[in-house]
Amino acid sequence: MDLRDVAQDLVARARRAGAEAADAVVGDSDGLEVGIRLGEVEKLKRSRERRAGLRVFVGGATAIASSGDLSAAGLDALVDDAVALARVIAPDPCGGLPDAADLATAQPDLALYDAAVETIEPAAAFDRCRAAEEAARAASAEITNSDGSEFGCGGGQVALASSHGFVGGYGSSSFSLTAVPIATRDGHMQRDYWYSTSRTLDGLEPADAIGREAARRTLRRLGGRPVPTGEYPVVFDPEVAASLLRHLAGAISGGALYRRASFLVDTIGQAIAAPEVTIVDDPLRPRGLGSRPFDGEGVASARRTIVKAGVLQSYLLDTYSARRLGLRTTGHAARAAGDAPGVSPTNLYLEAGPHAPEAIVRSVAKGLYVTELIGFGVNTVTGDYSRGAAGLWIENGELTHPVEEITIAGNLREMFRDISMIGNDLRFRTATAAPTIKIARMMLAGT
Amino acid sequence: MDAVVIPERFFLDRFALGTAALERVLGTAVATRADHADLFFEYRVAQTASLEDGLVKKATRSVRQGVGVRVLAGTRQGYAYTDEVSLDRLEIAARAARYIAEQRSDAAVAVAVADGRPHDLYAVAAPPVDTPVADVAALLGRLDAVARAYDPHVTNVLGTIGIEHRVILVATPDGRMVGDVRPLVHLSITCIAERGGVRQQGNHGGGGRFTFAELVGRAEAFARDAARQAITNLDAGPAPAGTMNVVLGPGWPGILLHEAVGHGLEGDFSRKGTSTFSNRIGTRVASELCTVVDDGTIPSRRGSLNVDDEGTPTQRTVLIENGILRGYLQDKQNAALMGMPLTGNGRRESFAHLPMPRMTNTFMLAGTEAPEDIIRSVDRGLYAVSFGGGSVDITSGKFVFSASEAYEIEGGKIGRPVNGATLIGDGPDVLTRITRVGHDLALDDGIGTCGKDGQSVPVGVGLPTVRIDGITVGGTQA
Repeated sequence: MDLRDVAQDLVARARRAGAEAADAVVGDSDGLEVGIRLGEVEKLKRSRERRAGLRVFVGGATAIASSGDLSAAGLDALVDDAVALARVIAPDPCGGLPDAADLATAQPDLALYDAAVETIEPAAAFDRCRAAEEAARAASAEITNSDGSEFGCGGGQVALASSHGFVGGYGSSSFSLTAVPIATRDGHMQRDYWYSTSRTLDGLEPADAIGREAARRTLRRLGGRPVPTGEYPVVFDPEVAASLLRHLAGAISGGALYRRASFLVDTIGQAIAAPEVTIVDDPLRPRGLGSRPFDGEGVASARRTIVKAGVLQSYLLDTYSARRLGLRTTGHAARAAGDAPGVSPTNLYLEAGPHAPEAIVRSVAKGLYVTELIGFGVNTVTGDYSRGAAGLWIENGELTHPVEEITIAGNLREMFRDISMIGNDLRFRTATAAPTIKIARMMLAGT
Repeated sequence: MDAVVIPERFFLDRFALGTAALERVLGTAVATRADHADLFFEYRVAQTASLEDGLVKKATRSVRQGVGVRVLAGTRQGYAYTDEVSLDRLEIAARAARYIAEQRSDAAVAVAVADGRPHDLYAVAAPPVDTPVADVAALLGRLDAVARAYDPHVTNVLGTIGIEHRVILVATPDGRMVGDVRPLVHLSITCIAERGGVRQQGNHGGGGRFTFAELVGRAEAFARDAARQAITNLDAGPAPAGTMNVVLGPGWPGILLHEAVGHGLEGDFSRKGTSTFSNRIGTRVASELCTVVDDGTIPSRRGSLNVDDEGTPTQRTVLIENGILRGYLQDKQNAALMGMPLTGNGRRESFAHLPMPRMTNTFMLAGTEAPEDIIRSVDRGLYAVSFGGGSVDITSGKFVFSASEAYEIEGGKIGRPVNGATLIGDGPDVLTRITRVGHDLALDDGIGTCGKDGQSVPVGVGLPTVRIDGITVGGTQA
């Protein structure tokens, strides 16, 4: 079954049922997840799902319905649900499909699918887990336990059709391998993890390297303690630096902007970050974890500079939020079958700077190297930022003891302006990526 | 939709399956050296309507159905699920799931069969998901007016009402079939306030396993509270930074218990020795003022269940009694491996997920003090009444929860509001620092969703007013 046919069929049914316009997204996926713990098989999970989502416009009102039942009767029920909902919803002049001029005309092959996802056997997946966990446990006698190692993969097709005549579809797959060792010293346990994710099976990092890195990250947390409350420079490792980009993406998303629920309302063309900061969103990276040939409304994908030398160049918009703001969509509609399009970045990254990460640490007389952040203390409306943190203490440019049970706090507006050094260690390990960065000062709460 | 749904009939009719067919599939699943197998059928209809700019301009409806086959063999679990429910698919799934039992070398483990009848905690005459969307839209429109009337500086009101109807059925090789029909109604409301270039937000919400009419009765108070919080926060100053005495208000701040101790007492972590609370039953983990329970049997609560997702009736489990650790939360696999009784905490997000030990409604029992006296007892500190969310590292025990409405305490009096701040502490330590417990136990209004290993389930929390002597507050003001 070609999912593009199902999507077009749904749109045609919706038109017959009275919708003036409609678009449909249909997807399927098959997955395998396995886990090993302490050398023993722990989990095997196989999944198979299909899903269709329909958005209809009736009398200027928008409604969405979705179902996993792709039989003719199931599709009819889906159309009936959507049209019935739309008839009781208020019309919205900003609703509707994208302008035809914005639709993708080319659908580049971004090499997002690896057929190995269809053929990998559980035994081979278990072997990778076993190798990762063994490498972690072999790293030190202080690795006393394990929360296991997991391999996961999934793949499928997604298709989009609209009453504008847009039809598109592509396949994608993803593979991941994770190890979570546990270390003990003086009766206190610590855990950390390491992982690799890729569009292709061969793109995964070697299992033993993942295990060793997981062990290194876990062992360096042993003996963690709080440090005195005060204002210090904070160095973010690449993993946690990427989380700051996600907060920025939330604040420049169309929905937050037109609702005036962002600390970056009305800041286009203004300096919102240090002049060293350039941030790019590139949906067209081959094999990129955030890549897509077109967005969730069929709008063409294009590489964009979001922040150039500290100045905000572009918001992240879908059709609806763009119309609300009197702007043009930037092709950032993300679409789950059951929901209205929302905004999400694709491959969003902070461009690498000139500094070796070691040099950034060396530049700090007294401060924090943060490797983990927990909790939800980020307020997009005000920019207020306060999160639980763990990492290593820097004293005279050297990493000394591990730190835990502290918070770091500030305001994202100042934090982006206070980025004073950017590392040369950018790697595309996740869809959102950043190198090591230093923020000149933040409030640290501890003892 | 039928007013009364009998899950067993519902699924067998819907998928044209007979009990003999199910027995055959379960036979395939346990054919190798399995300890246990089950089938989990699920059908879920969900409807949402969302308000902004004073109008309901978006609505969604989704239908999701499927079945999962699980095989247990010692510490191993095999699982396969599909949303195409047919005998062929079930047989394929059963063979995939039993793969893990095939090369097993350990001895069989006896998995307890849940006895006891399901509770009847949330019977409704008609599924609330069939509430006309026009009625839902009308309520949202009223809430917009209520919130804006609270203060002219409320510039936008965002609201979503979600209504869910879920039917589940668990079938096991002993021929038992246990089903449940679960309504769930939910409102969340966010007010944006703007004054003199300062923007803030306030949030509130609530719901439970009850009718739409029940939500209508409560909703206006939620809307006013969201507006009040947004306006209050317009005057907020920087939050303090450092270790200080903190008073938590009643109700939703019970998220403290959920993060600080609840997760660490889930049986899977304890069995694997990965929780800081592993092997600590019978030891002191809290001050003697603290008794903490998990109770899935409270009528109509968001976190309540007639049976868990393995077919075990829920119960009230004492986790901490007068400061002493008493019990863990269990699903079938971990109870069997630890030789402990089932507690009815085997939960899963959907048929696409494996069950695991999860909380239901977790709260601390009331103490004896007046809340005003507790605040008066603090010379300088923080009074936190509402929280955004929290999380925990169950291995190190470090947990956080983030205040969204908090005030300074100066000389025993509540002072100015302060910006949101994250509180961080150590799970086994923080409850030993509770020195006062109020008589005002309250459960939250029904907004909690707990995430674990990528699975979200609805939960409840509760707390009386408590004083914690010395916890780190992550503000910006030294």
